[in-house]
Formats: sequence, structure tokens, C-alpha cells
Amino acid sequence: MLLDDLMEEKLQPSFAEDFARGLLNPARAIPVDVVGPGEKAPIKRYNVYRNNVTVSLIDALAATFPAVQRITGVEFFRAMARFHIRATPPRSPLLFEYGRDFPAFIEGYEHAQDMPWLADTARIERAWLDSYHAADALPLSPDALAAVPSDRLGDLIFTAHPAARIVRSAYPAVAIFAMNRVESPMTALRSSAAEDALITRPDMEVAVRLLPPGGAAFLKTLIDGGTLSAAADIAFSETSSFDLPANIAGMIEAAVFSNMHLGDWR
Amino acid sequence: MDAISRIRDVRPDGGLRFPVLPVADLAGTSFKHEHLNAILAESSLTGFFEVHAENYMGAGGPPRQALERIRRDHPVSLHGVCMSIGGPQPLDPVHLARFRALVERYEPALVSEHLAWSTHETTYFNDLLPLPYTPATLAHVCEHIDEVQNTIGRRILIENPSTYVAFASSTMSETDFIRAIACRTGCGLLLDVNNVFVSATNHGYAALDYLSDFPLADVGEIHLAGHAEQRDDEGKRLLIDSHDAPVADAVWKLYEIVISRCGPIPTLIEWDSKIPAWPVLRVEAAAAQAILDRFTSVRAVDGRHAA
Repeated sequence: MLLDDLMEEKLQPSFAEDFARGLLNPARAIPVDVVGPGEKAPIKRYNVYRNNVTVSLIDALAATFPAVQRITGVEFFRAMARFHIRATPPRSPLLFEYGRDFPAFIEGYEHAQDMPWLADTARIERAWLDSYHAADALPLSPDALAAVPSDRLGDLIFTAHPAARIVRSAYPAVAIFAMNRVESPMTALRSSAAEDALITRPDMEVAVRLLPPGGAAFLKTLIDGGTLSAAADIAFSETSSFDLPANIAGMIEAAVFSNMHLGDWR
Repeated sequence: MDAISRIRDVRPDGGLRFPVLPVADLAGTSFKHEHLNAILAESSLTGFFEVHAENYMGAGGPPRQALERIRRDHPVSLHGVCMSIGGPQPLDPVHLARFRALVERYEPALVSEHLAWSTHETTYFNDLLPLPYTPATLAHVCEHIDEVQNTIGRRILIENPSTYVAFASSTMSETDFIRAIACRTGCGLLLDVNNVFVSATNHGYAALDYLSDFPLADVGEIHLAGHAEQRDDEGKRLLIDSHDAPVADAVWKLYEIVISRCGPIPTLIEWDSKIPAWPVLRVEAAAAQAILDRFTSVRAVDGRHAA
């Protein structure tokens, strides 16, 4: 390229800069370089791109957060999503990565304040999609623990399966998620208790489970690399009725971990 | 399987090799996960499947498992949607590396991208946006195509866009621009006949004139899709490339003209939203296959076909 061209490019905004500016901002004028054929006006024509961008990104959020959309209704959801898209458009071309900031946006969204559980429902849905695309790994086999001498069980350190996620909620978010993720008729919620979700992918299918009391603290400690005895201590201190054998059996069955080793070797 | 063939089927990275399955003379369809079981239940399906590369750029999970399953029995076409080749800014090296990894992993029969852009600075717009056709944009596009082809180590096909606007600053026609990129970079072309029809209607020229200016000898794949209809500022027909309906009669007609002139070219029925049941898609592909079969005796005069 000639030096003159390079200079010119530096001084003038690129066509993409001009074209992009108005895509998510309907108040902006149509770029002057954009024309229709012959004498035709470019307004509705440029608006096709505006519409494609906004609608496709709203659709992407609707695909990631179907339970949230079912709870709020389509119109409410699309209005909320439109605000979010304009404030926080995607920064990656991988749309399955989009919407990480959406739960926090919902939490602060003026019109959603009477649905305080909505953000946590969205967090479970976001975790569901992370789990869906996470790397493959064989889960820990049920026999693995049997091979460990009982006096060393407490020293075990686990490696989380790439598809394992935990979402803690002060609301019955798991029940709300489960009820709205499917097209079946809604039933009345029986509880208003806090619920923690475990999201895993046993046999290539994402599953969302309700964790028993203490279960989230227990698994979070293990996922963060704590030993089995440290995790059990934390769970017991949170919930005196914590059922250690049931939680160990549950974590194996749900494929929370892919590997383990004994800590404190030396 | 004996030891020798087992060794041959394993690559240095430990991944399994897929069979080499040609796409020449075949019709295919977009691959949608909801159709997986119906496709696997087919006893004698000969077509190919096209996937949007980005949907398989996660680390693992059901999408990649489904693609692997399909790739075992069928040729796959890897269609990139958001490389932003048509934009002035450098390609995203991270995205390019992901694209290369998919080409290596799934050994697609065809690899394609768009003459369009979708990212500006750090914002991804999720649409195929248009560009002016000038010597400066031509230089950028050719640099980007060179970079993609050098990175993946093979030729790609570049798809003609459907557009709703033009740029006052354009100094070249779209067909001259496309001919120049094929000539300078050695890339092949993906001729989207629906895009030709949509753009011709929207810009008021004849689709047949566009096709007679198009470098058909470089076409390695054809796309057929449905479109929707809106109105422009003057109340006239404005077609939208919606991929949500059967292929229009006028597009079938243009397609037949292209095939009668060029001979068979791998042809995809593209259907990306309001996705119908599998048999509907299969019937559309069968219609394309019937046209391909009718012109097997026709071959490009210079014998050149990009694939």
C-alpha cells in the first residue's frame, strides 16, 4: 500500500467505524457513505442491519436464558435484553460465551426488582451453557475411593470435572429453574428456602441438581483444591446435620470430579 | 482391525483420523443437532453436512460429539461466520487459531468464510456487514484471506454477500472485486445463489447479469436458501437473507442455469432459523441433487473446479 493511502487511513475513520457507530444506537444518523441504489433512500435499508444485530443478539440471550424468558414473558425479556445488549454488546464472536454479565444486569434492572430470584435463575442457566461446552473428561469411577486406605481418605484432593459448576442462591432458584426450563404447566412453589445448584454433565448430558444442606460448601472446598477432611469440616461447621457419606456418593454419581490424588504425601 | 491399519488411523496428536469422503457432485444440508437422530436413522444418505465453525469452538461437550459422529459417515463443510475478513482491522489471532484447530480436528471437505465483517474494535455485531469495494478494501481483504489460507494450510472458499445498502465510495463492482480476490489470493468461491437474487432485487440489477460477470470457474460450492420480504423507503420490495424458508422458485431457476453451464458443484441447502423437521430439509437437498445429477455430463470447459 502507498504511504499516502496509509496516511489517509490513519486520519479518516474507517468505513467500519462509520458503519458500526449507529448499529446499536438508533438515535445516530445513517453514515453518509451508505446509499441506496440510484435515487433510493438508505434509511430502511441501513435499519435492516440495525435490526439484524439487535434481534439476533436478543435471540442469543433468549436461547441461553429460556427459563428467565418464561418467567418474565417474552415482551419483558426482550426489552430487558435490548437494554443489556446496548450497554454490553458481545466482545467475542462465540455467542455461547455471551451473557456472562446478564445475571448481574438483571439484579440491577429496575423493572425486575420484584423478582429477586431472577438473577440466580439466570446464573444457573449461564452455568448450564458453560457445562454444555466444557472440555470432555472421564468422571472419577465409583470404585476409585474403595482403593484408598480408610485412614488416608481425609487427605484426598480432587480435580474438578471441567463441566462441574455450583450456583448458590438465597432463593429457591433450583426449583424455579427446573419448573421454567421445560414447557410443562407451572405448579405452585412449595418452598421459599435457599437452594444451591450443582451443574454437571454425566454421560454428555447437562444435569442440574439441588444440593443438600452443606453440600455447596463441601464441594466448593473440594473444587478449590481443599482436602476431603477440610471440606467435611467446613460443611459440618455450616450445617451440623451434614451427611458426609451421602454427599460423597452424590458427588461421584453426579460426575463432579475427574481425578483425585492423596495430599500430604511427604 | 489389524495393528498396521490401526496405526495409520491414529494421528500424531492421538486423535482418530476420519475417512476421506469426497463432496464432488453432492448436495448437502446445514447440520442441526435436533436432526441428529433422524440423520443417524437414515440407511443410505449420501449428502454432505455443513456446520457453522463457531458453534464447535467450545472445548468439548455434546456439540463436538455430534459433529464427530456425523463426520464419521459424511463429508463435512466447515463454514466460518465471523472471521470478519471484510473489515479493516487485523484478524483476531485467537479466533484464527480456533478455526485452524477445527480444520485439523474434523478434516472438512470444504472450508469457507464470508466477504463481510462482523467485529469492529472489540464489539461483535453478529451480522454479516457490508463493505465498500475499493482498492484499499481489496488490499485488506486479500491480506486477510492470505493469512487465513496460510494459517490453515489450505484453500478457502469466499462467499458473495447479500446486501441491503451500497457505498458511495465504491469504485469497483462486486463481481470485479470478487474476481480480483480470487485472482490475487488463489482462494476459491462459494456462490450463494440466494444472495445473488436478494442483492440483485435490492439493488435493481439482473441476477443473470451478475452471474455472467461472476468467475464461475472458481466456484467450489453453491449455497441455496430461502429469503423473506420487506419494503424499502420507497415501498418497493426489499429481500432479506433470512435462511428460514424453502428455496424460492426464482433461485432454483438461477441455480439450474449455473449448473447447466458449469456441471455439478457441491450444493448446500442452508436453513438456519425456523428449522423444519429433517424430512423437509432432506427433500430440498434431493431437489438440488436431482439437478446436479441431470448435468453430470457437463464439465467446465477448462476443467477447472475449485474444491
